[in-house]
Amino acid sequence: MNISFNWIDELAGLRGELRDPRVLAERLTMIAAAVEKIEAVGAGLDGIVVSRVLETRPHPNADRLTLCKVDRGGGEALDVVCGAPVIATGGYYPHVAPGGELPAGFRIESRKIRGELSHGMLCSEAELELGRDKAGIMRLGDGLEPGTPLAVALGLPDTRLTLDLNPNRVDLACHMGVAREVGGPPAPRDFGGPAWSPEWRDGESEANGAAVTIRIEDLGRCPRYMAAVIRGVRVGPSPPWLAGRLLAAGARPISNVVDATNYVLHEYNQPLHAFDLARLSGAEIRVRAAVAGEPLTTLDGQEHKLTPDQTVIADRDRAIAFAGVMGGLDTEVTGDTVDVLIECASFDPAGVRRTRTGAGLSTDASYRFERGIDVHAQERALARCVELILATAGGEADVIALRAGPAPARVPPIDVRVSRVDQVLGFGLDRADVRAALEPIGFEPLPDTDGDDGGDGGTDLLRVSVPGWRTDVAREIDLVEEVARRVGYDAASGQDRRFRPSAVPADPRVEKAARVREMLTGRGLLEARSLSFMPEDYRGNRAVVLVPNPLSAEESCLRSAMVPVLLRRLEHNYARGNRNVRLFELGTVFGYAAGTGGEEDADGPGRFDESGRVGAVIAGARRPDHWSGSGLDFDLWDIKEIAASIADRLCGATLEPLDDADTARAPEGRASLAGPWLSRGGFRAVKDGRVVGVAGAVAGASVDAPPWAAPAFGLEFDLSAVEGRTVPAYRKTSPFPAVRRDLSMTVPRGVPAADIERAVREATSDLLRDVRLFDVYSGEEIEGGRLGLAWTFRFRAPDRTLTDRDVESEMSALSNALEKRFGARIRRS
Amino acid sequence: MTPAGASLLDRLAAIEGKGLAAIGEATDADTLESARVEYLGRNGQLADIMSLIGTVEAPARRDVGQRANAVKTVLREALEERAEVLRSGTSGPRARIDLTLPARGRWVGGVHPVTRVIDEICEIFAELGFTSVLGPEIESTWYNFTALNIPLDHPAADMMDTFYLDDDVVLRTHTSPVQARVMEAFRPPVRVVVPGLAYRRDSFDPSHAPAFEQIEGLAVDEGVDFVEFRAAIEHFVHHFFGAGTKSRFRPSFYPFTEPSAEVDVSCAVCAGGGCSTCKRTGWITIMGSGMVDPAVFEAVGYDPERYTGYAFGMGPARIAMVRHGIPDMRLLYEGEMSFLQQFA
Repeated sequence: MNISFNWIDELAGLRGELRDPRVLAERLTMIAAAVEKIEAVGAGLDGIVVSRVLETRPHPNADRLTLCKVDRGGGEALDVVCGAPVIATGGYYPHVAPGGELPAGFRIESRKIRGELSHGMLCSEAELELGRDKAGIMRLGDGLEPGTPLAVALGLPDTRLTLDLNPNRVDLACHMGVAREVGGPPAPRDFGGPAWSPEWRDGESEANGAAVTIRIEDLGRCPRYMAAVIRGVRVGPSPPWLAGRLLAAGARPISNVVDATNYVLHEYNQPLHAFDLARLSGAEIRVRAAVAGEPLTTLDGQEHKLTPDQTVIADRDRAIAFAGVMGGLDTEVTGDTVDVLIECASFDPAGVRRTRTGAGLSTDASYRFERGIDVHAQERALARCVELILATAGGEADVIALRAGPAPARVPPIDVRVSRVDQVLGFGLDRADVRAALEPIGFEPLPDTDGDDGGDGGTDLLRVSVPGWRTDVAREIDLVEEVARRVGYDAASGQDRRFRPSAVPADPRVEKAARVREMLTGRGLLEARSLSFMPEDYRGNRAVVLVPNPLSAEESCLRSAMVPVLLRRLEHNYARGNRNVRLFELGTVFGYAAGTGGEEDADGPGRFDESGRVGAVIAGARRPDHWSGSGLDFDLWDIKEIAASIADRLCGATLEPLDDADTARAPEGRASLAGPWLSRGGFRAVKDGRVVGVAGAVAGASVDAPPWAAPAFGLEFDLSAVEGRTVPAYRKTSPFPAVRRDLSMTVPRGVPAADIERAVREATSDLLRDVRLFDVYSGEEIEGGRLGLAWTFRFRAPDRTLTDRDVESEMSALSNALEKRFGARIRRS
Repeated sequence: MTPAGASLLDRLAAIEGKGLAAIGEATDADTLESARVEYLGRNGQLADIMSLIGTVEAPARRDVGQRANAVKTVLREALEERAEVLRSGTSGPRARIDLTLPARGRWVGGVHPVTRVIDEICEIFAELGFTSVLGPEIESTWYNFTALNIPLDHPAADMMDTFYLDDDVVLRTHTSPVQARVMEAFRPPVRVVVPGLAYRRDSFDPSHAPAFEQIEGLAVDEGVDFVEFRAAIEHFVHHFFGAGTKSRFRPSFYPFTEPSAEVDVSCAVCAGGGCSTCKRTGWITIMGSGMVDPAVFEAVGYDPERYTGYAFGMGPARIAMVRHGIPDMRLLYEGEMSFLQQFA
């Protein structure tokens, strides 16, 4: 929202340091609405003056150029070549003389244009950096003294403040609203023309008079419609002060009549519209639902086909404007307009929203109607507009004005308890403080039920009226906020309070996630975060949750697994030429709840299922390259180590081979753990008979990898399987030496190493501390169908040095067991 | 000195000389090992002498013992030095190794910078008695909007363009619905922080993402007022952004808080002077907040006359961007190793 500093100053009579726009901006930011931008308007206009065009004739050598004789005050008229198509003889325009500069720093000199000498130039709004209009030369209002500095005529320089309004504070979208926050009761400008106080003709839904008829067909869409008629106006440029105000407020001056409606919009927040009365068939205004397919061309030249949920202003025959949004081209005020009808209405916010979204428009008017206007100030706003038109465009206002629709209900007063203010704020304010905070912004103390008129010695209760412009204030707590911001949120600074710790227990998932992160970062993995969406093509099963209104096809589904999403991150790294990738991510995956199977008849959030997952992907070098010799790439045994650590140390699950990836898929509908990404020959973690994780090589078809890429490996675990932190109990460490024994054997192929290890542990006592397979070999020296395995065993006793005999007895026990169970052949050296 | 003592000293001198020679002549690990076994081994020459020390009479025994230990040290050092020379394949003294050669590297893992921000926020609020809780990302419109005093047709909903999965099911547009869930399940004192993902239909651009982290805070009890609210937030600001960081509260609007405030902190990049990070204002907005609206208490069955409280919400991604000077939000979600490694 753009606000003119000069305008605020005029309304509020700013005092002291608030006269500095930066201080004003700071103050507004702290008590009302953040000021996003402060910019100078009309700076650099020195040397640009009001000039009058005395005569014009076509340029002899160029069709599009005009030769003008220009009076810029004092001295001879100057010849100026002008590039604009329409220059009015007798009109007033800004002129920059030779030697002068445009605000952008461009220096103007006398020069020949197509053979004709031009002394300086006439300027457009854009050239003067006053607006965006660069098509035409900026036409100024009549009756100025040539030679008047342009800045003086326009009431510039000014400062434009851009406010970021909170959605509840539409009252700050106008200058009166802002002025109330920073000064005493605002004093609107006297336009210097005749006053207008009409004779109102009221009607429930229809009003007649001044030779026009107003009819509201649906009071739900339009609770009130007022109109005034002015006849005999002379449409022309606005006086410079008015044009200057609108420019500073970021609006474009158009003509005196239209500018008057805009001025009142920016002053009072009331959207107004001027119709060319002669073009209203039947001299009639009807507010009605649009008829399906009905055409309307708006002021901006756009053609619309209407729908019945839109509301229009119509005359006897056709739609002539979108109600509360934008006027129509056919009935707009033009240079030929003589009689005008000024609309001052209120429209239903939801209806305006439907109308404008249907039309694809958003305007100053719709913004205000959607958020709520001051329905109690409409008569005043209409009178301001009529008086401004009379002052700037002349004409005569009909003494009859029309008012259709019931008068708005009075705003009920609000009772605020001083004790409540203190309970919520703790600022220690008393009744006088509360009053002093509220009164200047229009909340007037009223006599309460005890007849107390709000004197400062009164009770806890303070009853205040609510001004019509504060459509957002209806409850006691709303007034508490008003008090807080008027006193200043800073009043609470620097004080501590006692507190009681939370009665809400911490969610154990937070700590579990931290354990997983700790484990994976400790293994050199980096945490990624990605969006929770995926394109449909990654669907591992058909019951993926579709987003009904996705932003793009890339984001049309909710992810049902983590690894596929991480594989996209892997590809991103490949695209950046990086083959060494170690990523993990914790996040939510989505599916349908068991039993509902994604059926449409199931309802509510219960239809859906979400669960926490961790996924990881590794590919490339196991360690960074080093000059002493390059290392190896990650292989299946690296992902197995990570998966086994998560399974064993975090979940209490067992990692086992998984030959058929399908067996780890979730039931139909549920988010799956294993997807097509998982190659055969991977692993699954099983806990209490449930698969809680999978790991293995990433199938080549699942990732778009360049030729130089290394094999990728992934894992995915269900976070619900992660257990809370347990406290390990101390076990005495042994000060006595350990004895190491190596053992080579051959076993028939197909005997799982894990079974051998288990058998070793079963056959030995607790003197066996460590079992490690250090070689697996096959080759010529091994008989066919057998595999060589070499193990290291470490024995240690807690209380003594082991003797050879101790160890030999353990070794022979385990050798016998292996020979018997697996047909192992022990190789004795 | 007794003859026994003197003879042992002679033998030690011989062992030292021959031992050093044997070590110096060793050309590979095997010959070096045999030298070690010969002189320093369990049954080696030095061990022989050691076993005889007990036979020497008292006054000389100490001399022999000291000498034996000295020889042992000399031989050991020579052995190590030779071993190092043989290992590194270089001849000559140790100083010839180029110690400026790069160290052997290892991969260093780490959490995401946004996770780090979330963890730090939770830790700081834990000091103020807050516990961390979570809530679902798929949420009913009741918890996401209605219970938070947001009518479904209010213009405030303009601020939250929503992914609807169903007529009454959404991807939550903020973590605030967890406020209502917590208050329904527990009686005061409630002091929780709620980290999690939220979703809005913003296209993915340098400052927006359709899915983004949020962290919500809620404190409700008897006697919790704006003064406590401000003190808690200032505590957080000083601990998270630094003791010298200034904060300011200014009016804002949220349907579920009143009075509502936006919290700005002084820009650390320009120290308030104005730079591109703070859009030349000297301030960076870090959270939306306010006193819990009585309508929310009514929706969850708390007595609004008895209980008051405050709530706040922050965007850890935006805070991480400010903290690390990350210019584009999308970088956070690309999973690029060279990006993530910077924060590990």
